[in-house]
Amino acid sequence: MTDLLSKFDDTIALRQGLIDSGVTDPFNLVMETVESPTVAICNGKRTILLGTYNYMGMTFDPDVVAAGKKALDEFGSGTTGSRVLNGTYVGHKACEEALKDFYGMDHAMVFSTGYQANLGIISTIAGKDDYIILDIDSHASIYDGCAMGNAQIVPFRHNDIEALEKRLKRVPEGAGKLVVLEGVYSMLGDIAPLKEMVAISKANGAMVLVDEAHSMGFIGENGRGVAEAQGIIEDVDFIIGTFSKSVGTVGGFCVSNHPKFEILRLVCRPYVFTASLPPSVVATAATSIRKLMDSADKRAHLWENSKRLHAGLRQLGFQLGTDEPQSAIIAVIMPDLEKGAAMWEALLHEGLYVNLARPPATPANMTLLRCSLCALHTEEQVGEILGMFAAAGRATGCIS
Amino acid sequence: MSDRSQTLAKVLGIIEPFNKKGVEVSEATRFAQDLEWDSLTVLDFVANIEDEFDVLISMNMQAEIESVAQLVDALEKLQA
Repeated sequence: MTDLLSKFDDTIALRQGLIDSGVTDPFNLVMETVESPTVAICNGKRTILLGTYNYMGMTFDPDVVAAGKKALDEFGSGTTGSRVLNGTYVGHKACEEALKDFYGMDHAMVFSTGYQANLGIISTIAGKDDYIILDIDSHASIYDGCAMGNAQIVPFRHNDIEALEKRLKRVPEGAGKLVVLEGVYSMLGDIAPLKEMVAISKANGAMVLVDEAHSMGFIGENGRGVAEAQGIIEDVDFIIGTFSKSVGTVGGFCVSNHPKFEILRLVCRPYVFTASLPPSVVATAATSIRKLMDSADKRAHLWENSKRLHAGLRQLGFQLGTDEPQSAIIAVIMPDLEKGAAMWEALLHEGLYVNLARPPATPANMTLLRCSLCALHTEEQVGEILGMFAAAGRATGCIS
Repeated sequence: MSDRSQTLAKVLGIIEPFNKKGVEVSEATRFAQDLEWDSLTVLDFVANIEDEFDVLISMNMQAEIESVAQLVDALEKLQA
């Protein structure tokens, strides 16, 4: 039968081939019980979680959970409305206040997901005759935002400062310019040279948007991200972030000091034409964000975990995405999808969950086993994790 | 040589190092189907074209360019 779904036949065949080879389907895992930010039961087996982006381990924080329960009791299960109609409760405003305090910025706008935050802000501020200059390895939500706004999209080679500058200089005179960068790139866990890139963008008259989804809470002195760590957060026009990583729930946001920022609430379609977050979600988010302001010890432990896992995996002979640990993501590069899937399954059998990432989501057609650490992984757990990598790596022939 | 044939000659020269399959290239050659380039190859190739002609070729424009002839036409227009 040929119909509109026939265009996915190649993907169906690729997936079927993988399953027929006998490995567990890596994109169909079910968490039966979740014991803590670092442990779940999968297929009846106790599994250490090393692929959840739950960087600061806030999902089971007693204060966060209590705030959610209280909001559920007091405000009900959902708002059933848009932020601009009946969907703004005191909790949504409190959440935006928490973000303004966290980032030290004048404005904050909460979206229902991080994906929608990028989609909404980018598509709204950059229109048909504007130019968006972006890193080729940008997240899907960034590309989708560019396409939705119908702007001219100009990609440059990953983290290449000179390539960015050349393209900025070639934008036609008078055209609007937006440069879109990420603090941490989630596939390899590497960070951007924001200091240089933001300076060049500003010198060429462009506005700058930085997605700090994978840095919030633990990079920079106040956990504001790579832009803070590199000392140029004041020069960034828009910071995009998410509640589904360090904050530990779901939702997205944009913070900015732009004096006209508030008008975006009325003209941004992914903000207007969708229901707002449930009261319990914004209550957990606000509580978590305020606690993240004061988490220096957890931050330090997360960095210790990242350094130890990076060094340990390297010593075992695995090829990693970065020479030094630059974030809480450690990407293990696999030779191909088949080996990657086999290694992923072997790790699951050992009792370890990591993300299997494959093309087209990955740069340069790489297959990656992506590990994201949590501040609540104990020293013993990191030791266990390294033991599991050693055993699975030898069993699959990935290391000798 | 006319302007257009000069542009074509330059484009063919820039294609050469990326033509790993040794496909015989003419104006009718298509980048995706005939040269079988992946997205990273396209990025590098476009960057070289942009540098040589000092122009920007946005992804929106790239979507409309399938063949060598179409690229040459687009470059002629951009430089006009």
